[in-house]
Amino acid sequence: MIKLKYPFDKKEIRKLKVGDMVLISGKMYTGRDAVHHRIHNGTKPPVDLKNQIIYHCGPVVVEEKGKYRVTAAGPTTSIREEPYQWEVMRDYGIVGVIGKGGMGPKTLKGCKDYGCVYFHAIGGAAQVLAEKIISIDNVYWKDLGSPEAIWEMTVEDFPVVVTMDSHGNSLHAKINDESTKALKKEL
Amino acid sequence: MTVILILFKDIPMAVRKAIKKKPAKTTKKKVKKGKVLALRTPESQLFDSLLILITKASTEIPDDVQREIIKGLKRELKNTTAKYAMDIITKNIELAKKKIQPLCQDTGTIIFYVNHPVGFNQGDFTKTCHKAVVQATKLGILRQNSVNSLTGKNEGMNIGPGHPNIHFHEHKKKTVEVKLMLKGGGCENVGAQYALPNTELEAGRDLDGVRKVILDAVQKAQGKGCGPGVLGVCIGGDRGAGYVNSKEQLFRMLDDTNEIKELEKLEKDIVKTANKLGIGPMGFGGKTTLLGCKVGALNRLPASFYVSISYMCWAYRRQGILLRRDNKISKWLY
Repeated sequence: MIKLKYPFDKKEIRKLKVGDMVLISGKMYTGRDAVHHRIHNGTKPPVDLKNQIIYHCGPVVVEEKGKYRVTAAGPTTSIREEPYQWEVMRDYGIVGVIGKGGMGPKTLKGCKDYGCVYFHAIGGAAQVLAEKIISIDNVYWKDLGSPEAIWEMTVEDFPVVVTMDSHGNSLHAKINDESTKALKKEL
Repeated sequence: MTVILILFKDIPMAVRKAIKKKPAKTTKKKVKKGKVLALRTPESQLFDSLLILITKASTEIPDDVQREIIKGLKRELKNTTAKYAMDIITKNIELAKKKIQPLCQDTGTIIFYVNHPVGFNQGDFTKTCHKAVVQATKLGILRQNSVNSLTGKNEGMNIGPGHPNIHFHEHKKKTVEVKLMLKGGGCENVGAQYALPNTELEAGRDLDGVRKVILDAVQKAQGKGCGPGVLGVCIGGDRGAGYVNSKEQLFRMLDDTNEIKELEKLEKDIVKTANKLGIGPMGFGGKTTLLGCKVGALNRLPASFYVSISYMCWAYRRQGILLRRDNKISKWLY
């Protein structure tokens, strides 16, 4: 188990390899469909994303007396951000993306070119992951609706698996190839 | 029929709080010494029962599904990411139940199936059902999950055209049965519909062709639908009816037996074959790709042959209740 701590830096990110199980501690920002769509259309992100991690997540957040409480926060399917993710790496310098289901060749190339990794969180494990969120520190772009807003959060020992590294390796591409071959044998 | 009463202690805490905090309409009856006793109307009792149903559905995995998940966990090898994923899944199931919080943050499309006797008032049910959905959303049992497709606006209460999705069916019994499925978007997105014959897959209009397209859907889904998953499949029907029926298959118990022998065989074969593909939990690679497969069939037109496939993630949220005449829950259906 590898521990990755905030502030994140590119050297450590480059050391990570496909299959590494990692516990992340520190800051991360949620950002999913509407956020990526808006950034792609030319709006600057409301926060400095340099050396930050974006989490594809639409949490359940309850507002109580002006304070936010997360009741569930697992990853959402990442492939929908495939057209945009590499641009966020290039233009804003993110070093990590957390999501589920993996991403495609554009993102993989982005990871290699700009020094970023794709971390796979366990889809559906909203309670285990919500427990790792120590605090919700801020919220931006709330006009997009609660699940689509950018939530700034602090996490401790957030469990993920590296499935796409910054050296051109993708577990998803590998499993896809192998299962295609296996299926041919079964038909 | 034996009637099992749901005791107050069995009611989830969030619901208990909700009932205490914001009672639905009550009729008040004066009793001795000026005390006011609140009585539940059938409407407010239905509200409570539906809120409990939604809570249990969102926070607890049905036993039949959990049994299959445990089998999957045992199947995966030590020190693999597949095992790691299954361990976290198992922990998540325990934690959600204990904390009475959503298993998955995507609390999904809210799909109700209501089987009712002749003379049942669907309009009244719908109104109360909407209130229960709103309350569950306020409590964080359901996420603010309903978006206007044209404006992108999220009104935040899960009410809108098509939301929640309520199917009514009249039956000859005197009882009312309410089933609920919360189907997340990730798994819904990997659902697929095929028209046979399919040249690319060399799938003809027979059960072998059906098998080929189902396995193709599993292969294409990879880990994107939060596997290990369960398939609901409908052979035949028109496009709409096919998809609806494929979801209805997901209301079946995972350990039931299909009465149609060919389909029973197909269901078992799909699970066995899919688990040889090596996709595994979350698509990490491993032995558990599917937990189950349920297949039904509708008639088709001579010109059409659809195979409709709905994928359900491991966070398989379905529950059901049988209501007493006073709308209290008399029995859990799963």
